[in-house]
Amino acid sequence: MANEIAKGPATPGVAKHDPILIVDNVRRQFGGLVAVDVEHLEIPRGMITALIGPNGAGKTTFFNLLTGFDTPDTGSWTFNGTKLSGVPSYKVARMGMVRTFQLTKSLNLLTVLENMRLGAQRQPGESIFAALFKPLWAKNEKAITVRAEELLKRFKLDAKSEDFAASLSGGQRKLLEMARALMTEPKMVMLDEPMAGVNPALTQSLLEHVKGLKDQGMSVLFVEHDMHMVRNISDWVIVMAEGKVVAEGPPNEVMKNPAVIDAYLGAHHDSDLGADKIAKGE
Amino acid sequence: MDLIFSNAVNALFDPMTAAYAIAAIGIALHFGFTGLLNFGQASFMAVGAYGFAIATISFGLPFWGAVAVSVGLSVILAFLLGIPTLRLRSDYLAIVTIAASEMLRYIVSTTSAQPLTGGPQGLNNYSTEFYGLNPIPVGTYGFWNFTYSEREVFMRIVSWTLVVLFAIVLAILVRSPWGRVIKGIREDEDAVRSLGKNVYAYKMQSLIVGGLMGTVAGILFVIPRSVQPGNYGTQLTFFLWTMLLLGGASTVIGSVIGSMIFWGLLSLSDDLLRAGVDNGVITFLTNDQVGTIRFMIVGLGLMLLVIFRPQGIFGNKKELQFNG
Ligand SMILES: Nc1ncnc2c1ncn2[C@@H]1O[C@H](COP(=O)(O)OP(=O)(O)OP(=O)(O)O)[C@@H](O)[C@H]1O
Ligand SMILES: [Mg+2]
Repeated sequence: MANEIAKGPATPGVAKHDPILIVDNVRRQFGGLVAVDVEHLEIPRGMITALIGPNGAGKTTFFNLLTGFDTPDTGSWTFNGTKLSGVPSYKVARMGMVRTFQLTKSLNLLTVLENMRLGAQRQPGESIFAALFKPLWAKNEKAITVRAEELLKRFKLDAKSEDFAASLSGGQRKLLEMARALMTEPKMVMLDEPMAGVNPALTQSLLEHVKGLKDQGMSVLFVEHDMHMVRNISDWVIVMAEGKVVAEGPPNEVMKNPAVIDAYLGAHHDSDLGADKIAKGE
Repeated sequence: MDLIFSNAVNALFDPMTAAYAIAAIGIALHFGFTGLLNFGQASFMAVGAYGFAIATISFGLPFWGAVAVSVGLSVILAFLLGIPTLRLRSDYLAIVTIAASEMLRYIVSTTSAQPLTGGPQGLNNYSTEFYGLNPIPVGTYGFWNFTYSEREVFMRIVSWTLVVLFAIVLAILVRSPWGRVIKGIREDEDAVRSLGKNVYAYKMQSLIVGGLMGTVAGILFVIPRSVQPGNYGTQLTFFLWTMLLLGGASTVIGSVIGSMIFWGLLSLSDDLLRAGVDNGVITFLTNDQVGTIRFMIVGLGLMLLVIFRPQGIFGNKKELQFNG
């Protein structure tokens, strides 16, 4: 498995055959705390990659940096061959890299269907002048609505489409946020804890949705604490601890890696959880 | 008694009521639909009033030229207010707008600006050309307590036509995909950003358009009277907010009805109190105090409204349930 995706042995920063995202020296410091310090990382195209690590490892901060919601102190990264450093978040989304948030951001006083429509790109009616003349955008709106309703059906939210998003349960909001992100027709989807607060019955269908994204040719990078899910659907796993990538590899190998166990259980904490140790561990 | 009620009815349809309604429609777009806290709508009205009057008096511009100057200045003001604040948290815009509108008021009332702005005395004599556009023949029109000169009729027609026009523009905008984006920004701007929308540009557009409505309101407001710097204080802005919240912030018609209720009630309470004082029914007030007391009554009414109908008269109760 490792050599199907990676060019060499599965060490942190290993090059991939076909990376969609390449990160170099991205570092973000909050006061004295180095939240993210990633030397080199490549995310494989068309695969499901899990990003795991203990609380406070820097996963969300890393997401924020990559998607333009936060600015790193140093570093650069390219997405699909385009340099993304310094590109504002809305342009990142337009280029096809869309993210969801750990704390769900549903637009409460918009209906579920309006939430979905908002995800659509290239709706001319979103320009203030065209907005005044409905014939200029009515056709696009119809097409967008058809697509939104299809997605809502897939995510089992179609019965709720006319309700305010505020009336959804926490798990349903996670689903809505994911469906809404898909409305942008992304190349890469970045999900920050898609399963948090979703009940077990729904988890299974959400797993299927994530797998479905891969089948449609999208690349997925997701943060998750549920190891069952990570093992179940990911092709590749990246482990972060204290801002650094400490291990990566196929799920089964990574779970056995002593550096990963250390990071999670906290043994040897702060002292020797470094790259050397992992190299030895391999 | 007849006179009291006909005064109130007159207030409902006064051109001033219309001007306030248009300015309040502007902050409905800002606050009710985009979530922008503009506490400086008075400054946009001042730009309309002063821009129009100065362009006419000092630069001798024709009517439409003077209107165009005001509109241009209004857009510049929106950029000045928006560029430093719209990337920041929403409270920064609130602080900057309130400060800017006070600054503007002080600047126009200084004596060094007197040659242009008239200083503390303000400006007058700039409406001749507007009334020249009036096609209505000289005369008095109407009946009973509702008789108006041809100028008053013309002013009412123009003002309320503009109210309807701006209400329609707002209604079309907020029901369009553009409106969906700004409503999304009101709810959570990061979510909207993550969907590929240039949030900053949308907020700026909203600020400009709502500000323009304030500017047009400012021009209408001064046509039948004079430009007085004292009119553009924070009180003006807060009256507008009162009207907006009275009618319902996230509604189109709310600001219009809010303005009518506000001026109607003020006129009614004023007349009733004065009548009471004159007839000796009310002995604990003097006529001088009435002017202040009526604002207290409106304030009390607003408090009752916030307690019993917090979404405003036309607001959707369901929307509010989810905010708590
Ligand atoms: N805006 C901020 N200001 C200061 N410190 C921050 C900020 N954002 C994150 N941090 C710190 O950076 C570190 C990484 O946080 P981050 O949210 O990225 O962790 P995480 O891996 O997503 O954790 P979790 O699994 O709990 O979501 C934490 O120690 C956190 O306290
Ligand atoms: Mg996190």
